Amino acid sequence: MGVPAIDPRADRPRKTVYTVKKQTPTKVSEALAIIAITGLTATPLALLAARSLAQSWYWPSLTPQVWSVRAWKYVFSPTAEVLPALATSLSVAMVVTLFAVIVALPAARVLAWEEFRAKRAVIFALLLPVLTPPLASTMGVHALFLRYGLTDTMMGVALSHLTLTVPYATLMLTGSFSRLDPDYEAQARSLGAKTIDVWRSVTFPAIAPGLAVAASFAFLISWSQYLTTLLIGGARVVTLPLTLVAFQRGGDEAIAAALSFVYLAPAAAVAFSVARFLKENR
Amino acid sequence: MLLNFTVRRWLMLAPALAVIGVLFAGGLALAAAQSLGYFAPTGENALTLRHYVSLGDDSEIYASLWLTLKLAAAATVISAAAGSALALGLREVARRSRPVNLLLQIPLSVPHLAMAGALITVIAPSGLLARGAYALGFIQQPADFPALINDRYGAGIVLSYILKEAPFIALMTLALLARLGDEYEQAARVLGASAWQRFRHVTLPLVAPAVVSSSLMVFAFIFGAFEVPFILGRPFPAMLSVVAQQRYLDVNLAVRPGAIALAVMSALVTAALAWAYLRLTRALIGLERPFIL
Repeated sequence: MGVPAIDPRADRPRKTVYTVKKQTPTKVSEALAIIAITGLTATPLALLAARSLAQSWYWPSLTPQVWSVRAWKYVFSPTAEVLPALATSLSVAMVVTLFAVIVALPAARVLAWEEFRAKRAVIFALLLPVLTPPLASTMGVHALFLRYGLTDTMMGVALSHLTLTVPYATLMLTGSFSRLDPDYEAQARSLGAKTIDVWRSVTFPAIAPGLAVAASFAFLISWSQYLTTLLIGGARVVTLPLTLVAFQRGGDEAIAAALSFVYLAPAAAVAFSVARFLKENR
Repeated sequence: MLLNFTVRRWLMLAPALAVIGVLFAGGLALAAAQSLGYFAPTGENALTLRHYVSLGDDSEIYASLWLTLKLAAAATVISAAAGSALALGLREVARRSRPVNLLLQIPLSVPHLAMAGALITVIAPSGLLARGAYALGFIQQPADFPALINDRYGAGIVLSYILKEAPFIALMTLALLARLGDEYEQAARVLGASAWQRFRHVTLPLVAPAVVSSSLMVFAFIFGAFEVPFILGRPFPAMLSVVAQQRYLDVNLAVRPGAIALAVMSALVTAALAWAYLRLTRALIGLERPFIL
C-alpha cells in the first residue's frame, strides 16, 4: 500500500514481506512529514492565492490591505482571452496524450516481451530525446513544418509535443508490460478468447494503472510546454503558458497569480484523478 | 514464421520510431544542416563552420554556458541529495501513509511556470520572506533583503528547480524502495550488520540506480530548460536556451543560423555530459544499467 501513487510500476502485485523486526512509525512522524511537506508545497500556493485576491498589498504588511476579486473577474472576461487559451491547451494536450499512448502501446509491448538484437539501440533511441535539450530538434522541426504548412497550426504544435511524450509513454508502458506475464495472454487464447477479448479482459486490466500514469505524464508534459509551442505555433497558437508568461512579464501580479491557478488546476485535476484511479485499482 | 515475427515486431515499433526518427533525429539533422551553412531564408548554401566559429568568439556564450552548467549542476546535486534523503527518511512513513504520498506528488503536477510565479511571491525583495524579516526586525526595507530573483547567482532559478525536482527524485527512489521491500536489509541485520553497515552496503547501493537515473534526467532537463530562467533569471548572462531562443526569434534572420548552432552545441554538450556521467557512475558504483526498465 505504500507505493507512491504516481508509480509506473504500481501495477506489480505486492509481495508478502516477512520481517524480522518491525519498527512501527508513530503517528507523530507521519504528522511531522505531512506538516513539513505541506509547508513547503502549500505555502507558495496559498500565497499565490492570496496574491490573486489582493487589490493592494503594500510593503511591509503581511496581509493584503484591500481584498478584491478583480483579477479573477478579469481572467474570465473575454478581453483577457484566457478561456480560448485554456481550450487550445486542453485540445493540444488531449490530442498529444491520445497519439502518444496509441504510438507507445505497441512499441512498449514489443520492448517488454521480446528479445531481439536491436532492442538496446531502440531503447537508446527512445532515451535520446529525454536526455538532450529539445530546442535544437524543435528548430529543425520548425524548418520542416514551414515546408509543409504545419507551423502556426494546432496540429503542428501537437506533433512537436510528441517528441517528448512518446519516449516517456513508451518507457513507462514498457515497465507495465514487463510486469505482466505474456503467458496470461496465451492461456486466455488457448481457452478460446478472441484477440479483442484477450485485450479487454486480460491485458488492459493488467496495464491499466501504468497506462493511466503514462497518459497523465503525456498530458502534463504537453500542458507545460512553452518554448516548443512558441516556436512551432509562432504565437498564433496561444496556449495557457504563453498567456501566463505574457501576464507574468506584463507586471500585473494579481492577474498573473489568478491565471497561475487556472493553469495549475487542470494539471492538478489530472494528477489527482490518476492517484484516485490507482488507489481503486490496488 | 520467423520473418512474420520480425515484420510484426518492427511494424509495432514503427510508429514510435517514426516519431523519434522524423521529429527528433530529423529535426536535429535539419537543425545541424541549417547551422552548417544550409540556411535557405538567407540564401546560404555552402558548408561552413563560421556560425560555430563565431560562437567561439562570443563572450556572452561563454558566460551563458558557464552559468548554465553551474546552475544545472547545483540544482541537480542539491535535488538529488535532498530527494534521496527525503525518500530514505520518509520510507517507513510513506509505506503506510497515503496523505504523505499524495502530498509528495503535488510538486510534480505544478507546472514550472506556476511554481516560479508562486516562488516570486515568497522570495522577491517585497515577498513574504522579506516581510517576515522586517516584522522580526532583521531588515528595514526591501533593498536590504538579499536578491533571490533576477540575481547574479541564479538563486531563484536553483530554488525553483529544487522544489520541483527533489520530490521527483524522492518519488523515483521511494518507488524503487517499495519494489525492493526490505528483505535485503533484514538479511543483513540477521547476519549482524550494524545500522551504518546496512545503510552503506545495502540500502545505498539499492537506491543508487533510481538516484543516478533520475538525477541525470533532472540535469538534462534543467540544462535545456527555458521557462524558469526566462522568468526568474537575468537578461545577461542568461541561460543557453534563453539566449538561443532570443537570437532565433530575432527579426534579423541572418542571426538565426547562429542561434541554431547554439542549440545544437547545447544538445551536444548535454549528450557528452550524460555519457560522461554514466561512465563515471558505472566506474564508481558498478552500475551496469542505470535505467530501470
